[in-house]
Amino acid sequence: MTEVVEQHPFAKYLREAMMPHIWCTGCGNGIILNAFVHALDELQIDLDKLVVVSGIGCIGRTAGYTNVDSFHTTHGRPIAFATGVKLANPELEVVVISGDGDLFAIGGNHFIHAARRNIGIKVICANNFNYGMTGGQFGPTTPLKASTPTTPYGNIEHPFNLVHLAAASGATYVARWTTLHVRMLTASIKKLLQRKGFSFIEVVSQCPEIFGRRNKMRTALEMMEWFKKAAVIANFSDPAKAEITPEKIVVGEFLDLEKPTFEELLREKMNEISKENGE
Amino acid sequence: MRIEIRFAGFGGQGIIKSGIMVAAAACLYSGKHSVQTQSYGPESRGGACKSEVVIADDEIDFPKVTEPDILVVMSQHAYNSYAETVKKGGTIILDPDMIPNEKKLENVKIFRVPATKMADELGRRIVANVVMLGAFSAITKVVDKEAMKESIKANIPKGTEQLNLKAFEKGYEYGEKILKG
Amino acid sequence: MVKEKAVLTGMHFMSGDIACAEGAIAAGCRFFAGYPITPATEIAEHIASRMPKIGGVYIQMEDEIASIAAVIGASYAGLKAMTATSGPGFSLMQENIGLAAMTEAPCVIVDVMRGGPSTGQPTLPGQQDVMQAKWGSHGDYEIIALSPCSVQEMFDLTIEAFNLSETYRVPAFVMADEVVAHMWEKLVIPPAEEIKIVNRKRANMPPEKYLPFMPDDDLVPPMACFGEGYRFHATGLTHNEYGYPRTQSSEVQTKLVQRLCEKIRKNADKIVRAEENMLEDAEVVVVAYGIVARAALSAVKKAREKGIKAGLLRPITLWPFPEKTLAKAAENAETIIVPEMNCGQLVREVERITKSSRVFHLAKLGEEPHSPMEIFDFIRRKHK
Repeated sequence: MTEVVEQHPFAKYLREAMMPHIWCTGCGNGIILNAFVHALDELQIDLDKLVVVSGIGCIGRTAGYTNVDSFHTTHGRPIAFATGVKLANPELEVVVISGDGDLFAIGGNHFIHAARRNIGIKVICANNFNYGMTGGQFGPTTPLKASTPTTPYGNIEHPFNLVHLAAASGATYVARWTTLHVRMLTASIKKLLQRKGFSFIEVVSQCPEIFGRRNKMRTALEMMEWFKKAAVIANFSDPAKAEITPEKIVVGEFLDLEKPTFEELLREKMNEISKENGE
Repeated sequence: MRIEIRFAGFGGQGIIKSGIMVAAAACLYSGKHSVQTQSYGPESRGGACKSEVVIADDEIDFPKVTEPDILVVMSQHAYNSYAETVKKGGTIILDPDMIPNEKKLENVKIFRVPATKMADELGRRIVANVVMLGAFSAITKVVDKEAMKESIKANIPKGTEQLNLKAFEKGYEYGEKILKG
Repeated sequence: MVKEKAVLTGMHFMSGDIACAEGAIAAGCRFFAGYPITPATEIAEHIASRMPKIGGVYIQMEDEIASIAAVIGASYAGLKAMTATSGPGFSLMQENIGLAAMTEAPCVIVDVMRGGPSTGQPTLPGQQDVMQAKWGSHGDYEIIALSPCSVQEMFDLTIEAFNLSETYRVPAFVMADEVVAHMWEKLVIPPAEEIKIVNRKRANMPPEKYLPFMPDDDLVPPMACFGEGYRFHATGLTHNEYGYPRTQSSEVQTKLVQRLCEKIRKNADKIVRAEENMLEDAEVVVVAYGIVARAALSAVKKAREKGIKAGLLRPITLWPFPEKTLAKAAENAETIIVPEMNCGQLVREVERITKSSRVFHLAKLGEEPHSPMEIFDFIRRKHK
């Protein structure tokens, strides 16, 4: 017996009017969106209280695709915008989904400071090693020697190790997965959504059309084969030692701790002051 | 009636605050119109600074001082810059210990108040500006003495009222004394 | 929670910066994000001490770009939000000011103008940002900019900026200058119930009927806020009434951008404010704003004493500019004088509107504002 369903059970999470999406065939962004939606569904998150914020870039269209309150900011600014949202209404669950260039080049300053302040926002970064939307120029996570339109002779810049950066900046939950680790990624997003402090997941994602094509990985499969070959799961290992190299991509959870958030400390301070005033 | 007053010295002497206290005394506690403006350098301490007050019976259009009737000056540098800007027949109140080299000035009344030394005698150099305000109040009568005291109380850190009012009274007495000659 | 009073009704002796902060609080501002910069820092300092006592948020961001971004976020989350800065910070904010205009986020930006360009003269006054306020971000849009000339106006016009910003869903600027900001003067704060407060037009239809960028007749769309169940999208991309990007459509782009401009242009008569002094028979019209207007008023009075028929037009809204008031005043004037603390900015608007060949600019740079005597001398020289 086959059951006929009128609508995809996850349709309610997506804005159908925004489809078709703009992502290339084989792009990893769909996997990330899928994992995110699964996590929302499994946790039965109140969609009226969820805000998704994105910056500029391919993955930046996610805000528009998720059927919740959503905002697509200027390039690099989703975290600063999300900070305003979260502090104005701490009851909202505020998730930033954006790319490596948006969050760590033009927006790098906002990332480290939001992590330092422990603002209770959740950040998911699709790291595809390049600026896909503008044609694949190198960015802050592009591996050494990689070929891109602006490193035609090979990249000579050392890339960021994002999980190390996040941990050093003060994030309370830090994980890295690749788009191959869908179940772990989904489980990790669920944790991210349940933490109260600044939480960060890096998703190493394939960009076969733009980045892969120039770097001898012309298909999604080839890129994911690299992830498969190189990925090593090492939970709670030292994020400082988790640089991404052609040979090795350390994945897993690196950090999961609790410390007071900015919102909590602010609320506490307000109560303290009003008590003094009342007496 | 429009009276222009310039306080000048270096940062850290309470020059800006002196202007605010006089202007507030005139406005809040004497029912006059007043405005205080300032200019200061990038340094928090030690740079040249001035604080200007205009007091008038009517609304004040231009809030800046162009030709002061009264100059209260507490540093040699400020003295050199502003001593000659005072209106003919105007008044200069200066701290002689801070200004060892005076120029020969005509058509101004000069009053020398060793405010810094007097503040040192009270144990706190920081109240030198308040000593000066006492003398200023006694000499110029621009602002009523009681109004001045109210304004000082409203503009100083809690717990320093006694010290500041003592400094003010000391300056006031000194001002009255030298006014009588 | 025991809260301190938000509106400090009574007579005060205050600085312009502090009055501005109190004006914001009285207007209902409960979110401030900023970055320290002379001569606007005292606004942030005062807000930092007041907000926790009245249940509002103060956050010091990592730069001015973040500050304005957070302000837009807070506005979309439902709070009245403000930032305050000076020239260099105002420049950094420009891209997101465009975002606020494009996404129609009500917000207030205070720019305490100092001498520029670049780091310029941090502790000295300027009026060099008035064109940046109008044209600073890329693309076509309209904003509202107000120019206070006293401590009282720092309070009143900050409230007005919030009211206009909420009414038209547009960034509103308080274009102050160093003198007005640091000056201490009397401030009278009326009882809370006597202060006119305008709140944004809220979405009140069921969520399925809500189109976030569908305007009413006044060209302003009602606003839903995050968390209210409307689940809407907003983007800096060209978007249709649903908020969905339509970046290839000339029709959507034309309709959107024209509306963003027209909602201010067509409502200009309701927004524009100017002060007219002795203009009825004025042969010499002085156009001055901010602190310079006070020197100009003094100069105009002096000119009258000397038998010169002079008058002062003080734009309170710099943008939209009081075009009709100026056109009327200029009809019978033979000479128009525009003293500004810049090399000639608003004077271009005066020339455009009056089309007069007898518009003279009087620049003052690098020190204190023009003295009444300087403006008076200029009036005398230029008067035929």
